[in-house]
Amino acid sequence: MSKDFQVRRITTDVLIIGGGTAGCYAALTLSRDTELSIVIAEKAHIKRSGCLAAGVNAINAYITKGHVPQDYVDYAKKDAAGIVREDLLLTAAEHFNEVTADMEQLGLVILKDENGEYVTRGNRNIKINGENFKPILAKAVQAQENVSILNRVNITKLLTKDGTVYGAVGFSLEDEAAYVIEAKAVLVATGGAAGLYKPNNPGFSRHKMWYPPFNTGAGYAMGIQAGAEMTSFEMRFIALRCKDTIAPTGTIAQGVGAKQVNSRGFVYEDKYGLTTSERVYGTVKENQLGNGPCYLQTSGIDKEQEENLLKAYLNMAPSQTLKWIETGELPGEQDVEIEGTEPYIVGGHTASGYWVDTNRETTIHGLYAAGDVAGGCPQKYVTGALAEGELAAKAIEAQLAGNAKVSNEKADQTENDSSKKAVSSSEKIKKYIEVQAGQEIEAYENILSDHKSSFTAEELEEAMQKVMDEYAGGISTHYQYNEKQLKLADEKIDQLLALADQLAAENMHELLFVYELKERLIVCKSLIAHLRGRKETRWHSFNENLDYPETDENYFKYVNSRLVDGKLQIILRDIVKEGSYEHTN
Amino acid sequence: MSIQINRQKCVGCGQCMEVCPGTLIEKEQGKAVMRYPRDCWGCASCVKECPVGAIGFFLGADIGGNGSVMTVTKDGQILHWNIHKSNGREVTIDVDRRSSNKY
Repeated sequence: MSKDFQVRRITTDVLIIGGGTAGCYAALTLSRDTELSIVIAEKAHIKRSGCLAAGVNAINAYITKGHVPQDYVDYAKKDAAGIVREDLLLTAAEHFNEVTADMEQLGLVILKDENGEYVTRGNRNIKINGENFKPILAKAVQAQENVSILNRVNITKLLTKDGTVYGAVGFSLEDEAAYVIEAKAVLVATGGAAGLYKPNNPGFSRHKMWYPPFNTGAGYAMGIQAGAEMTSFEMRFIALRCKDTIAPTGTIAQGVGAKQVNSRGFVYEDKYGLTTSERVYGTVKENQLGNGPCYLQTSGIDKEQEENLLKAYLNMAPSQTLKWIETGELPGEQDVEIEGTEPYIVGGHTASGYWVDTNRETTIHGLYAAGDVAGGCPQKYVTGALAEGELAAKAIEAQLAGNAKVSNEKADQTENDSSKKAVSSSEKIKKYIEVQAGQEIEAYENILSDHKSSFTAEELEEAMQKVMDEYAGGISTHYQYNEKQLKLADEKIDQLLALADQLAAENMHELLFVYELKERLIVCKSLIAHLRGRKETRWHSFNENLDYPETDENYFKYVNSRLVDGKLQIILRDIVKEGSYEHTN
Repeated sequence: MSIQINRQKCVGCGQCMEVCPGTLIEKEQGKAVMRYPRDCWGCASCVKECPVGAIGFFLGADIGGNGSVMTVTKDGQILHWNIHKSNGREVTIDVDRRSSNKY
């Protein structure tokens, strides 16, 4: 039986794909500054969607007293061994404090001392109650009159022609309806990609992972397919987490000053270095040497510290508090076991994502990127996502103000030949995107039609995670790989992509599962190409190429990629030093 | 890591369904049902949203769970996190939404 989709058509000034932190803040900025019509398409519900569903432990990117934004740039640059975009880091860092103050105005609780100053945690962090960060932000967005929120709408395709975006197509999770949304500018803010690799807990608790399992790399996949340039996928992110619950370790390490120790009680963190990747690498090496398990040394902390930890975890990762209470082994009595997670692709901790200019415009005209989907700006965290949402919103405002000026000038010269040409070309574009939208909706109908598929989306997902784990540097190979393994991984992902084209779905949620799998497979393809593109080991564990175990200064470059005529091309780009960056080729 | 919804307590308000970041909860015969337990992230959004404390949060056996269940009841800005341990003991931790984390 073929399904007949209802098609809902929407025309708006700005379409925001993904209503997480960056997308919501962009909407808020646009609606405060302008009268533009704004649509947010969100596959869940903006109240708790994205990375901050459970909450967040602290503001991890803040310019504390005595520091300047450039200090933050220098820190992030060092941590990523130089492969960052300083222009992006600096422009984000210049806004960290302003967006924090705005969130406080909106209702975020931030800890202050007796003089009314924010209490810092280390050099770059401030202490908050981040449990309801996302509901506070969502409420502010919902109060704006010119923002329409489409919850439970999953976008699957960007409508582009000749390197310009004109809108997007998606489907509803609630009824058999497709959405064709035309927009003058589009912001993609869909987050990064989890679930590519076999996870720490592959059984019942397979989704007990660091990154939201619902962030499936949709924005990356849509961009890749539309020919957008991507950067630094090979700078994978592996989080160091509390074992089993995959809860944060920073709160313990920074909160009570707990060191990383091995099972012999030796403090090993100094031996391997303290960058983000070295902390993971050290833990892997100690386990390989037979010195595992590894722990954060919490035993001996006092009752007050213990109670504060129990409460802090309820505000961001309640499973860890439950675990402490359930086992009866409180952190003051027993060290907390730690492990590295499976690798993720993100632009908020590491630098994977769209290659953007300083204004956060991608290589597709009119398409902007903010938050975890935007590359080049690692360690941006929550405040960086807010800042990028704001920066992208400002750039969109400027673009649309420019467009309006041009079209007014054209209206004044209606007899002019060039304006007639412009009208006919805009009709051509309309027809072209109509055809593209129709094809995508037909694809939904085909997946939902009554046909047999040898496998389910879940089975192919497991197969993909196994391939990535074994051949592209997952947990079971200690995050290491070589060129032969990567080649095999690439071939096997191709096979799975072919199988994914035959998948069937019985309802809209299953249709979502099919698209999420396809998105992940497309991201895996690009990831493998990037890992093969960086023939060195720049960051232990994050990219640990056993054929090229050393750092090679010839690769002091960005590894970028673009899909051209169905083939992924790798582009090695020179490091952008300072000032602003514009797309030139 | 997942949740269990107490059918007797559930009032069918649908707030858990709305807030789930994975759209994993559905309604059957007027009551909320966890449709995809293996897909739960463990964010506890629904647990905090439920107005009647009908949603219990538990750790899967594969990550060390031994049957304890955590529910939340709200009292203004205070969240009471009630842990019903498998040995019958109850532990409650109160968190004030107006207080910051100490760490």
